[in-house]
Amino acid sequence: MHKAPLPTTLPAANRLAWLVLCLGLLAVLVLLSLTLGAKPIALAVVADSLFGSGLHPDAIIITQGRLPRTLLGLLAGAALGLSGAIIQALTRNPLADPGILGVNAGASFAVVLGAGVFGITSAAGYLAFAFTGALATTLLVYLVGAYGTARLEPMRFVLAGVAISAVMMGFASSITLLNPWAFDRVRFWSAGSLDVRDLALVLQVAPALLLGIVIALLLARPLNVLGMGEDLAVSLGSRPRLIHATAVLAITLLCGASTAIAGPIGFVGLMIPHIARWMMGTDQRWIMACTLLLAPVLLLASDIIGRLLVPGELRVSIVTAFVGAPVLIWLARRAQLSGGRA
Amino acid sequence: MRPSDYLYLGRPTGPVYLRVRAQGLWVGMLLALAALMLAGLALGAGALELSHAQVWQALLGEGPARLAAVVREWRLPRVVMALVVGGALGMSGAIFQSLIRNPLGSPDVIGFNTGAYTGALVTIILLQGSYFEIATGALAGGLAAALLVYLLAYRRGIQGFRLIIVGIAISAMLAAFNTWLMISASLESAMTAALWGAGSLNGITWDKALPSALFSLVAMVLTLLLSRRMALLEMGDDSASALGVPAERTRLQLMSLGVVLTAAATAAAGPISFIALAAPQIAQRLSRSHGTALLCAFWVGALLLLLADYCAQHLFAPRQLPVGIVTVSIGGLYLVWLLFRQSRLASS
Repeated sequence: MHKAPLPTTLPAANRLAWLVLCLGLLAVLVLLSLTLGAKPIALAVVADSLFGSGLHPDAIIITQGRLPRTLLGLLAGAALGLSGAIIQALTRNPLADPGILGVNAGASFAVVLGAGVFGITSAAGYLAFAFTGALATTLLVYLVGAYGTARLEPMRFVLAGVAISAVMMGFASSITLLNPWAFDRVRFWSAGSLDVRDLALVLQVAPALLLGIVIALLLARPLNVLGMGEDLAVSLGSRPRLIHATAVLAITLLCGASTAIAGPIGFVGLMIPHIARWMMGTDQRWIMACTLLLAPVLLLASDIIGRLLVPGELRVSIVTAFVGAPVLIWLARRAQLSGGRA
Repeated sequence: MRPSDYLYLGRPTGPVYLRVRAQGLWVGMLLALAALMLAGLALGAGALELSHAQVWQALLGEGPARLAAVVREWRLPRVVMALVVGGALGMSGAIFQSLIRNPLGSPDVIGFNTGAYTGALVTIILLQGSYFEIATGALAGGLAAALLVYLLAYRRGIQGFRLIIVGIAISAMLAAFNTWLMISASLESAMTAALWGAGSLNGITWDKALPSALFSLVAMVLTLLLSRRMALLEMGDDSASALGVPAERTRLQLMSLGVVLTAAATAAAGPISFIALAAPQIAQRLSRSHGTALLCAFWVGALLLLLADYCAQHLFAPRQLPVGIVTVSIGGLYLVWLLFRQSRLASS
């Protein structure tokens, strides 16, 4: 494969240093996430509950509450970040977030159907409905976007996603506005939260998330080649259609599974890839690596802040925006932005 | 482009010289005709069915006073506002898509709609306000958000990409705050807020309609006067400056007009989604022009909202849906259809 140096903003050694720093930060946050909360628990007790006897009275808080939560923070964070990186690389549009392929709208619509029409109340039921909805919707968006075109136009996917999301949201709101009970269920579902309190649920979505993460990382190099233009990519031996289809599959797995279990959490998938690109340059391999570490940092940090800030806990989807947005504004004002990929 | 694709008025050297793209003009006229026909239909339909002759008589003030009241006091303000609000949204969408050169652009980009929703939510949930108080709250919220985004994005001028990023960031924070308000509120006020948030023309009267209609019309005329400069600005700041267009000032003027148009629409009917996004896209595809067609966008927006409102009123009668729900559905389906049609044309 080609070894041509891609234009970057930082020298490789500095980029590596950044990655190590992010990794360290992530490790610290995992420990904090296990220890901090309504009731602070000492590290020794945490270690004992996870690996030792688990006889301490606080062990149940760790295993039932904080372990699933931390694990989900890691997985969902990485998933949302990577799916954002893929969609931005694919569409070359800074407004594109993973929700644009209709994942969130499809999951919400399915949950509304589940709550409003089928009377579902269990978390596992919502999970199944949301994941199916996300899968079906992205498939539909992909078919509409790819229908009858000789060349792949990323903008068509975006427009198809916007259009189909709109239809779904319209149907979903007409159901909820006529059915107060479903409205009540859905308004809480749509404020995403990591507080699932059930390790089994997390383990149920973990395979989908891990598979998605692996596919996403394998896509970094093909996306680099595709970034040079479709014609050049074809002449270098890549198959744009295959890359596109795989990318959509990865986004569906990543974003669909995380939305299904945690509800829609915005902003992580939009913001982290932007920051990664400013720090790492245009090489997708570095962007993906950076996103993989930085996105869970944002999600876990927001979750911890939400736990400590107010007694009743602020949901993570609310905190991510307030933690992330000021950083994004500061960076946007400071950085000599390359509108080139805009 | 062949010269015969244009219609000319006057001579290049004369005092009056107007060049209009023929297809854009035809499409605009057809759209206007369709909108007026639909308006006639909407005036006649309802619990009290009226024939075209009866509608016409009632409009002229002839015939039974009861019919005249139904048509002129109840149905006419709603139809007029559907046209004005839809047109205003279509035009403001066209402005923003042209300014930031991004087909995903809409007044949402600068955070207006999210801010307006925040204002309305605060008025409904925390202050239990009336119709006019909610409209005022929404206006204040929207304008404050737009101003904040503009100021934070300003750094030796406004750059499209930076504006988008700052807009996303502020919108995200406001949306998070809105979510928090929604889950903290009682179910009843949350439903009220959601109904307002969907956007609706239900129960609109001349009192409620007139202020926003006047603002919209003035802003539309000013926008049309700036349309040539807007087209030049699309060629890039340098080319525009070389042709005598002050880039930064024109951008600020256009953006302010876009905000006024959205604000007027939102104050009258709540945040009706999708029209600002879809109308310019549809207009561009219909008129086959690469630039943004302001008048076409106006008529597409007006027609779209009128059609949506007709469906919202009559589809599930006697139940009335908020029109915003129908606009997202119809607009979305139409965009899907356009995508299909475009690819059929491309492959044939």
